[in-house]
Amino acid sequence: MNSLIESDNAAFAYAGRTVVKGLNFCLETGDYLCIVGENGSGKTTLVDGILGLKQPCAGAIRYRPDLRRSSIGFLPQSRDLDRDFPANVSEIVLSGRLGHKGLAPFYTRADRRAAAEALMMCGIKDQKKCFFGALSGGQKQRVLLARALATAPDGLKLLILDEPMNSLDPAAKSDLYALIAELNSCRQITVIMVTHDVNTALHYANKVLMLGSEQVFFGTSAEFLQTAGARELLRDACADNCAVCGLDHRPQA
Amino acid sequence: MPELLNTIFSYEFLTRALGVGLLISLCSALLGVSLVLKRFAMIGDGLGHVGFGSLAVATALNWAPLALSMPVTVVAAFFLLRISANRQIRGDAAIALLSASSLAIGVFVISATTGMNTDVDSYLFGSILTLTSADVVLAVGLCVLVLGLFVVFYNRIFAMTFDERFAQATGVPTGLYNSLLAALVALTIVVGMRMMGALLISSLIIFPALSAMRHGRSFKTVTWQAALISTACFLVGLLASVHFATPTGASVVLINLLVFLALSISARRRF
Repeated sequence: MNSLIESDNAAFAYAGRTVVKGLNFCLETGDYLCIVGENGSGKTTLVDGILGLKQPCAGAIRYRPDLRRSSIGFLPQSRDLDRDFPANVSEIVLSGRLGHKGLAPFYTRADRRAAAEALMMCGIKDQKKCFFGALSGGQKQRVLLARALATAPDGLKLLILDEPMNSLDPAAKSDLYALIAELNSCRQITVIMVTHDVNTALHYANKVLMLGSEQVFFGTSAEFLQTAGARELLRDACADNCAVCGLDHRPQA
Repeated sequence: MPELLNTIFSYEFLTRALGVGLLISLCSALLGVSLVLKRFAMIGDGLGHVGFGSLAVATALNWAPLALSMPVTVVAAFFLLRISANRQIRGDAAIALLSASSLAIGVFVISATTGMNTDVDSYLFGSILTLTSADVVLAVGLCVLVLGLFVVFYNRIFAMTFDERFAQATGVPTGLYNSLLAALVALTIVVGMRMMGALLISSLIIFPALSAMRHGRSFKTVTWQAALISTACFLVGLLASVHFATPTGASVVLINLLVFLALSISARRRF
């Protein structure tokens, strides 16, 4: 198997009710996949499936043999996090190393080195002793991204981001997009990003997976922009005759 | 102060109360940090009530109190943890339901079997006279377990308290750790309940964590400060109760309240 991840008609269900089905897509090293769709369309469920937290009720998701749990970085939705949790940046980023620890109780020097490298990659090295609650929204997301990168700063193969841009101001969003794009292009880390911020994400992603209660579209960003689904999805986000995506969203005669 | 300590060490029941109290305060503070931060604090309160109900039933059946209340409270802890974690069920309502039902069963059973001759007050509000040397052994065993858990699994406890989904994704068996925490909380409550009282035992879990969080800016600091505050408050509360002849449970809770208020005020001035 050459693809990093391949979904073969996978479906996921909760309590016997199918949430999303007919998932057929594949990702190669260095791809940047944007997963879009309405709320409740199964985006987070698919992320759980890719992470192995949820088993498909039909079909299968296959991984290239060299893609292990310890080479996958994950940034979950942060709306469930207690923003005033008493933790400093260093404690949070180090917890990204747990996947390597097995039953070993303490962090080693190598773990601390990996955390320091992840902090540096995210440009927050100077804030490692800072109280998480005192940071801005953008800095907090960088801390969570550093935690994901600390999993394997040198050997990270896949970075999964579940709505990382939620509640960030435009400047922080732009910084975070640039950082993720740099990780994708310079380090060849495959990126999977669940997002509602479709128009901006399409600037960076080379592939798009659109979900309804089943797979609506999978293909390149350029192909996606030609679909009715894209027109529908971008209508609310873009102004008429949008300069961002190049589509004319004005009602068609 | 030295005189008071001399008094405590000259009475066996007071020495037992001091030992059990310090150990239970330490355990409940350590477990409480995680419970409070995961917004499961009310589980402690619910379990206190379940403990009271099962203690009353054990007394009515003439069984050893802990033989029934330990397994019942541990099962209730698993149940409450599951419903609190399940967002489809109203966890707070379920805890209130279980608390009120357990309290009603306890009072009903005591009333029906002994005509309220049993001192219900000592169950509800605690009594240091009820502690035996078996309680001391249990408290030591429990403390070894809780301290061991925190030393060996501290990093995993932090990760799953901060962000359970991420911890799960990195391979931490969060369900197992949650169950272990729930079981230890239940045991801590059962062992400490007869001294502190079913209605007051949860304060040992909640107050130290909240007090430590007023100033603590890292999980490690909050954890050790909660342990320190909890044991110090128990010691001062016990000494105060001996000196002023006041109920021990209530005295310890009031000292905890004073510390919480003082730290809250100083935190406001600081930030």
